[in-house]
Amino acid sequence: MQALADGILTGAVIALGAIGVTFTLGIMRFANFAHSELLTWGAYFALVVVAFAGPGAPTGPLSFGWQLVAAALVAAVLTGLAAWAVDALVFRRLRRRGAHPLTMVFAAFGAALVMRHLVVLVWGHESRYYTRELQMATEVLPGVRVLPDQIFIVGLALAAMIGLHVFLTRSRTGMAMRAMAESPALAQVCGIEVEGVVRLTWIISGALAAFAGVFIGLTPQIHPEIGFNVLLSLFAAAILGGTGSLPGAVVGGFLVGLAENLSLLVISPGYKGAMPFLLLLLILIVRPQGIFGERS
Amino acid sequence: MLAYLVFFACIVLILGVLTLALNLQWGFTGLFNAGVVGFYAIGAYTHAIVTAAPQPQYVGNFGLPWPVGVLAAMAATALAGWLIGLVTIRLRGDYLAIATFGVAVSIQLVALNWEPLTGGPQGLTRISRPLAQLFETPFGFNLWFLGLMIAIMAAIYWALDRVLMSPWGRVLKAIREDETAAVALGKSARRFRLEAFVLGSTLMGLAGALYVSFIGFVSPYDFLPIVTFQIWAMLIVGGSGNNRGALLGALVIWAIWAGSGVLVTKLVPPSHAAQGGAIQVILIGLLLMLVLLFRPRGLIGEAAVVSRHVND
Repeated sequence: MQALADGILTGAVIALGAIGVTFTLGIMRFANFAHSELLTWGAYFALVVVAFAGPGAPTGPLSFGWQLVAAALVAAVLTGLAAWAVDALVFRRLRRRGAHPLTMVFAAFGAALVMRHLVVLVWGHESRYYTRELQMATEVLPGVRVLPDQIFIVGLALAAMIGLHVFLTRSRTGMAMRAMAESPALAQVCGIEVEGVVRLTWIISGALAAFAGVFIGLTPQIHPEIGFNVLLSLFAAAILGGTGSLPGAVVGGFLVGLAENLSLLVISPGYKGAMPFLLLLLILIVRPQGIFGERS
Repeated sequence: MLAYLVFFACIVLILGVLTLALNLQWGFTGLFNAGVVGFYAIGAYTHAIVTAAPQPQYVGNFGLPWPVGVLAAMAATALAGWLIGLVTIRLRGDYLAIATFGVAVSIQLVALNWEPLTGGPQGLTRISRPLAQLFETPFGFNLWFLGLMIAIMAAIYWALDRVLMSPWGRVLKAIREDETAAVALGKSARRFRLEAFVLGSTLMGLAGALYVSFIGFVSPYDFLPIVTFQIWAMLIVGGSGNNRGALLGALVIWAIWAGSGVLVTKLVPPSHAAQGGAIQVILIGLLLMLVLLFRPRGLIGEAAVVSRHVND
């Protein structure tokens, strides 16, 4: 039971990160190995805000106050802009030249190296914390203990996903994004402004990645590899759900999170990092188009 | 200085073997292997386990002679490449990249966690180095190893050249350029791909065995994902699809890496060693992106090959 609860928490965070991965796979048609660094950047942007404003006095059962939530929002905006800036500097130029999608992946390798090590350059390798407040885990069900922060995180993550879903299904821009994910060429013929959609996709992906990064940082620490460490989980979730699909990424994220934590019941924690890979292999063999994907 | 240059040249040649292997997979066949370091690690660890001096706490460490270790490393990596290839080879470009990236992560976890076999975080020491007992100084050994590396590199370069000019090599290029056309001509794309993947993996395993038999120990921290990205940077900067380009890339990237490392240790105080290391990686990442943006062919791109019968 405890593993289930932990899995749901990990899953919420992975789902937030995987949404960006699935969008880049679906709309821009390449595997963005630099996406994990947006999580890291988000976590550190929030750290900067917290350094100025403080994490806030513990509010109710939570270990932080409204300042941290505000910091996460600021980080989301900044990371969204950062994602867009990376696109403008690198990916858009390659796209304009009609570069092969795999060239984009190489560029993503380069971008990931630079982004991750800029963080090391500024903050070093040491672990950092938003707040030093200790928290007592509460027993929500017999034998299942969770931190109040964790419940808050899952709630906020779900809210963000529902918000995005409403946006994608109800607004014109959202529909344009979905059309792009289905068929970029067809979308263009229908008069959708491709660059606008691409820009928005980066900003949304970056913002959600920042939330995921802040949430990882809250439980409990921040270091320059928090993003890179979950990269494989993000890919597994995006592919499991079916590329380009928001519900797919969310369900995929929760499944990967659950699988990672449940696997700890049978394997030693040292091998936890290999779980998303095994899951990925399984998906690619059994159902390469993912749960929500359509066979092409 | 000379001693350092010899050491530097040995490392460049070892990494050059990796880059040539990746060039066979990506440059000539179009297989996106993002798990280079995993195959490199399998070769390195196999050699270590087969040749390291026996110790009671390890199940491996058979203390066998150096050539046995090298052959075992190549065989083990070939087998691993074949198994991994069987499952992943049919995947589309970036899916193959993600899957092989996962392979490398998993292999590093095994190296880190399976202590009785791999020594865990400590790694293994006292690994067989070729004819090491004949040399009294490290410099003497390094010089001999450099000679050995030059001979091995010449052999690999020549063999790859022959292989790629052969009908087999031309099929690889045909598949890379237009798979449908190659299949229509009756070539099994899957079989050729798998063969190229296994051959490339075998060379990566050889590079791993050479690396640990040069430095004499193996540590899981030498096989982090960053190595894969460095090798990719070498291939892309040098020019993928061209073996001379691949070797030039290995030289250029490692020169920048080692050179910036020297500068950083001179200029950056030891308290900020992490920041210094970060600068090295940032340079490589920037260079990779700049080459992709402004010189996508790399320093020496692929040469156009025209059939000698074209004027007949």
